[in-house]
Amino acid sequence: MSEQIVPGWELVVGLEVHVELATRTKLFSGSPNRFGDDANVHIDPVTLGLPGALPVLNEHAVELAMRVGLALNCRIEPCTFHRKNYFYPDMPKAYQISQYDQPLNLDGFLDLPDGTRIGVERAHLEEDTGKSTHVGGDGRIHGSEGSLIDFNRAGVPLVEIVSRPDIRTVDQAKDYVNELRAILVAIDASDAKMEEGSMRVDANVSVRRPGEPLGTRCEIKNVNSVRSLGRAIEYEARRQVDLLEAGDRIRQETRHWNESDGRTHTLRVKEDADDYRYFLEPDLVPLVPDREWIERVRSAMPVLPAARRASLGAFLGVPAGSAAVWTVVDRGQDEYVLASVDAGGVGERVLVYVQQAFAEAGPNPAVPADGLARLTVMERNGELTATQAKDVLATMLETGSADPETIARSKGYEAMDTSAIAVAVDEAIAGDPAAWGKYCAGEEKAAGALVGRVMKATKGQADGKVVTALLQERRAANG
Amino acid sequence: MTPRTAVDTAAGVRSGSLRAADVLEEHLARVAAREAEIHAFNLVTQDAARARAADIDRRVAAGEDPGPLAGVTIALKDNLCTRGVPTTCSSRILEGWKPPYDASVVERLAAAGAVFVGKTNLDEFAMGSSTENSAFGPTRNPLDTSRVPGGSSGGSAAAVAADFATVAIGSDTGGSIRQPAALCGVVGVKPTYGAVSRYGLIAFASSLDQIGPFTHTVEDAALLMEVISGHDARDSTSIPQPAMQLRQELGKGVEGLRIGRITDLPAGADPGIMACLDAAFAALEAQGASVVDVQVPAFTYGLTAYYLVAPAEASSNLARYDGVRFGMRVEAPDTNAMYSATRAAGFGDEVKRRIMIGTYALSAGYFDAYYGKALKIRRLIANDFAAAYAKADVLLTPTSPTVAFEFGSKGDNPLAMYLCDTYTIPTNLVGHPAMSVPFGTAELGLPAGVQIMAPTLGEPVMFRVAAALEEAAK
Repeated sequence: MSEQIVPGWELVVGLEVHVELATRTKLFSGSPNRFGDDANVHIDPVTLGLPGALPVLNEHAVELAMRVGLALNCRIEPCTFHRKNYFYPDMPKAYQISQYDQPLNLDGFLDLPDGTRIGVERAHLEEDTGKSTHVGGDGRIHGSEGSLIDFNRAGVPLVEIVSRPDIRTVDQAKDYVNELRAILVAIDASDAKMEEGSMRVDANVSVRRPGEPLGTRCEIKNVNSVRSLGRAIEYEARRQVDLLEAGDRIRQETRHWNESDGRTHTLRVKEDADDYRYFLEPDLVPLVPDREWIERVRSAMPVLPAARRASLGAFLGVPAGSAAVWTVVDRGQDEYVLASVDAGGVGERVLVYVQQAFAEAGPNPAVPADGLARLTVMERNGELTATQAKDVLATMLETGSADPETIARSKGYEAMDTSAIAVAVDEAIAGDPAAWGKYCAGEEKAAGALVGRVMKATKGQADGKVVTALLQERRAANG
Repeated sequence: MTPRTAVDTAAGVRSGSLRAADVLEEHLARVAAREAEIHAFNLVTQDAARARAADIDRRVAAGEDPGPLAGVTIALKDNLCTRGVPTTCSSRILEGWKPPYDASVVERLAAAGAVFVGKTNLDEFAMGSSTENSAFGPTRNPLDTSRVPGGSSGGSAAAVAADFATVAIGSDTGGSIRQPAALCGVVGVKPTYGAVSRYGLIAFASSLDQIGPFTHTVEDAALLMEVISGHDARDSTSIPQPAMQLRQELGKGVEGLRIGRITDLPAGADPGIMACLDAAFAALEAQGASVVDVQVPAFTYGLTAYYLVAPAEASSNLARYDGVRFGMRVEAPDTNAMYSATRAAGFGDEVKRRIMIGTYALSAGYFDAYYGKALKIRRLIANDFAAAYAKADVLLTPTSPTVAFEFGSKGDNPLAMYLCDTYTIPTNLVGHPAMSVPFGTAELGLPAGVQIMAPTLGEPVMFRVAAALEEAAK
């Protein structure tokens, strides 16, 4: 393996990812599924687990879960719901309705950008819990003075996506989460924001000597960003290797990642784990998606990000794995880029502008694609410098204008003719003989000071490429 | 005296010849006279009932039709949610809790013009066969107040037997409608699982619970079924079909029907009870039915399977009574201690016993031996019933092995109490309908009930047989 954390040891990681589905209502009731409102406003008898209330399955949640399964190349199976029984104050019924031995989606895979295939064991539906806030102490239940519970999140539909232990490096783990996130957003299944908790990642980490059977794993919880995931896995792997090299054994346990001290800490050992007493949920009937339903969902599936990155990269002649391509596809702006290039835009420039300036613009930017196309053409033709083009684009974004020509004129951006630039270049040489001397002696960096003077004198309107060309011309003449 | 049946009451009120207010006052007067002795109710809602009866009368006077149950007084088992009205399950843990919503059956009854008299007593969370397990004291059998009314819907059965209400609603998980109906001498129906919505019925064992009526007559039971049955989108196990039409079946007679006698029925019923059953077979034969012998070998394992399945589901259903969101809370230094203190104080012994059994049966390492095996028995019983129903249209058994028994006679022996439901439990395990019809008197001159069982959605034929038995018993 290319990046062994400790030489001689192999890292083995499996990820369990919980994703909140972007449904209008909850998994088993009509209350809104919405984040960020006042506490306990999206509640009803089912959400609160009041006596006599019964769950009714949300069909849209099933469809979104099926989309997840299809995007991850799973088989969609007839399935059932089980009760997972345990007591916790933010768990209203004292059981979670989840899927157990018959999940909706089985046996798929996800291909990482580097081509590595990570198996997906299952992707099943379940309901979320409420959210506890522990007041006082360090924010955990132990040692707190009291707890507040918000049931808005209780009953929100989740899909739990369980990978096989196929991940071998920290980068693969991060790539898996990034790729999964991109897919979930692209298929409108979830907004998949780790910071807001709509996507939550637990890592099962173990280490072994290459070729040996799997080692004892520890489950790492409370990882709230992709970066933390990398740090947590790396820390945990080193911890396990240290123990093993010291002749100790790994205890199977759940560990809590602490972002501030950069360590994992024991949360509970396996022996203390709850016995969930799973049994078939008698208030629900089996869910049997028929072929027609599955095909209807399949035919409505959009093209997935990996394929979109590949086609955009191929079209523009840039690597599909480049940051610009990734970002643009991630934001759903690839169609826009293609449209702009189709309208005559300069591909490479269009890509860069959309990547850099369209972060807030969404998949359907206000600036018409042909307007951006003409801007890049003006820049290529030397009618605008790069700096001026950026400024014009900023105005276009503010106003949604399709007319870079008028904006450029109103800003007084008309290409300076070369003779005016030449005057400025000669003045710069006269004004800084020391820099000129160094430049003539072959010190290329010294050109910076001279170009700077020209730009200052021309208020940035001189084309940098022309200035550099003039300097080189004069040095050659001088030599 | 106003009519004793719902059919006659509603007809009178709808035609304007009878006032709902008068019907109600007559019932309330009987409650005032005997309720202190009987204790059928946890709560009598006379103010709301009077307002409702007055409204019914006003609507009739205005030319409106308040519905098929216009002015009919109804008692509701206190495990049915009623908006703003305390609903306790006869448990301390829910004392004072007011549901923010009505059960689906309550909505349907209200829409049909019924007048709710009150919430009836039950064995705590419907766990029991005598109503002695109520946290608020037992209900007495109106026919002999030294004896139990049966259970768990003892309060509903007693309310009808004492004419506190014209009809009542109960729930039946293992016999909790049929057995008290038999012991109190009234008709009691456990419909096909899924025929009546469970939305708003506080769950004991979700895969077995079913709501049904108590009435004086088979026709009233048919009328009540027509009102409360039919699909409800709020219950995922509700059968997607319209309300049943059963009154049209009642006059069809039993000529040509095959009445099954289970030859390997578990023994243990008193001789007087068996004599009534024999008389029932004879009466049906006399009306043109044929009696056929069938075997249901797994019938005898029903009780064992039930006492794993029902407690297992109950252990999960009752976990929500944790002191966090509603009902009783006993304060303690930390959450786990609060759970323990609340549940220790809030639940009675029988409820705790079943939570323990159910938790054990579902636990890792024991699941296959107990809960898993019980599920297999459920399938065996279903197979055996299917074979029996290939030969017979309905099956007849005693409802209860005994007549009403004395208070405390089984109190120290849970197993003896569990045996009360030997004949009723198997139908719950397979979801079939069954009903108890009074048929003669057995030991001590107390009423005996005959149970009519039918396959899934076999209510039409079941009611035909019930009507024939009722006719013969006159």
